[in-house]
Amino acid sequence: MTRFAKYSLLALLATWLIAASAYAQENVQGRNWSGACTGCHGTEGRSQGAIPAIAGIDKAKFVELMTAFREGKQSATIMHQHAKGLSDEQIDALGDYFASRQPQ
Amino acid sequence: MNRYRRRFIQGLSASALLTGTVGCGKGGNDAKSVGRVVVIGGGFAGATAARYIRMWSPDIAVTLVEPNKQFVSCPLSNRVLGGIWQMSDITSSYDGLKGRGVRVVHQSATEVDPVKQTVTLDDGQQLEYDRLIVAPGIELVYDDIPGMRDPAAPETIPHSWKAGPQTALLRKQLEDMPDGGVYAITIPRSPYRCPPGPYERACQVAHYFSVAKPRSKVLVLDANEDIVSKKGLFRKAWQERYADIIEYRPNNALVDVDVANRTAMLDFDDVKADVLNVVPPQRAGRIARDTGLITANDRWCEVDFLSYESVAVANVHVLGDSVMAAPRMPKSGHMANQHGKVCAAAIIELLHGRQPNSSPLITNTCYSFVSDKEVIHVASVHQYDPEQRTMVTVKGSGGLSEAANKAEGEIAEAWGRNIWDDVLG
Repeated sequence: MTRFAKYSLLALLATWLIAASAYAQENVQGRNWSGACTGCHGTEGRSQGAIPAIAGIDKAKFVELMTAFREGKQSATIMHQHAKGLSDEQIDALGDYFASRQPQ
Repeated sequence: MNRYRRRFIQGLSASALLTGTVGCGKGGNDAKSVGRVVVIGGGFAGATAARYIRMWSPDIAVTLVEPNKQFVSCPLSNRVLGGIWQMSDITSSYDGLKGRGVRVVHQSATEVDPVKQTVTLDDGQQLEYDRLIVAPGIELVYDDIPGMRDPAAPETIPHSWKAGPQTALLRKQLEDMPDGGVYAITIPRSPYRCPPGPYERACQVAHYFSVAKPRSKVLVLDANEDIVSKKGLFRKAWQERYADIIEYRPNNALVDVDVANRTAMLDFDDVKADVLNVVPPQRAGRIARDTGLITANDRWCEVDFLSYESVAVANVHVLGDSVMAAPRMPKSGHMANQHGKVCAAAIIELLHGRQPNSSPLITNTCYSFVSDKEVIHVASVHQYDPEQRTMVTVKGSGGLSEAANKAEGEIAEAWGRNIWDDVLG
């Protein structure tokens, strides 16, 4: 193997490790679950019009609102129907994900 | 080959691998990608999958095969029949997807070779794939309606169950109909695309008649025993708003059609209409059938709900209305958008040598306009059950509107704008 190829291979390995660790840190589960929200709330939560935008929302506010919808403490046109189907773990991961998104 | 040249080529292939691995290559629709995905069908399911694969993993090359130059939305298309919206309100372009690096090819897929992993197009071009997504929507089945077997028959007796020229045609027929005429719609046995769609359509046409042709009638001829979706809410809307216009006849299966006389032949009698709208039975799109993907009831395609990979053909995923859905997963545009995202995430994992997410979460949200402004919804949340290996409705989730209301009318319009943008980038 030539020296150049060896260095290339090393660089490849290093980059792969960085990518793999970045992937693990990225909230992939939150990202995947967010697909359940973004049909209505817009891609990454950037809604236009009468449906609230949730990209960049404060996580604590998100968790508080979703919990209130789920428990019937906050009235809604439709959101209570969906919130009733979410676990604490899902609300938490979704809160992290939408808080990390750029608003419009 | 001299020494320098060999090194140069090795360096090139190493850097190609690098850009592929970390996904910082430009576009990805080139030799540097970690995998090639071909998507057949640019509707709610296929376009969403194409968009999300590129958005979440730009190192995957995506080609979308869609014969239509523009996207026309089935959801909200009944608003055109009601005279509230124009065709332009439900029409979008594919430019957003192109901007995301999706290669959009306006051709029909004529054949899939699952062994060679190729798709042949109308113009003879062949596309190679590592993963194929088949999202062709529905095929309308006129086999058991002899009078409708002539391919020209839907020009006289529209189905308008695929949005586009058929929507415009039915609207024109309604406009041309004299006051005092009869519009009749026939509904096939469930399951069919968009369970509440026919009943919403009855509302929209009745709304139009109430404004423009008040002596006219809407006749709903349903093969099912009762209203299939949002039953109580539709019944209430009909009683309160359209008691003199809409007549509902359950257990009225269509046997044949006299096209020239616009007459529906039912089990017990014949109904002559001025505008006859036959929504025929349906099955998975033709390319799904030709590829051997149909495995249930000779109509629908069974899939693994973690990845939407076909149970019959490896490396081929089926999305949208063609899927044999789990109980209470309706054939809706919203559901198709959800399939697209779960499948996109799964294909990204698979092409990177990882396993798909084992706990997918999807929702359904469905709005029906009962008048020009008022709306009723049905909603649900579905999760994967590893023991049953299928999607199940989350206990206690979902439900219906308490009553038709205008606030949901505004939300339904916003839903349309947001989901079209989500589907098409």
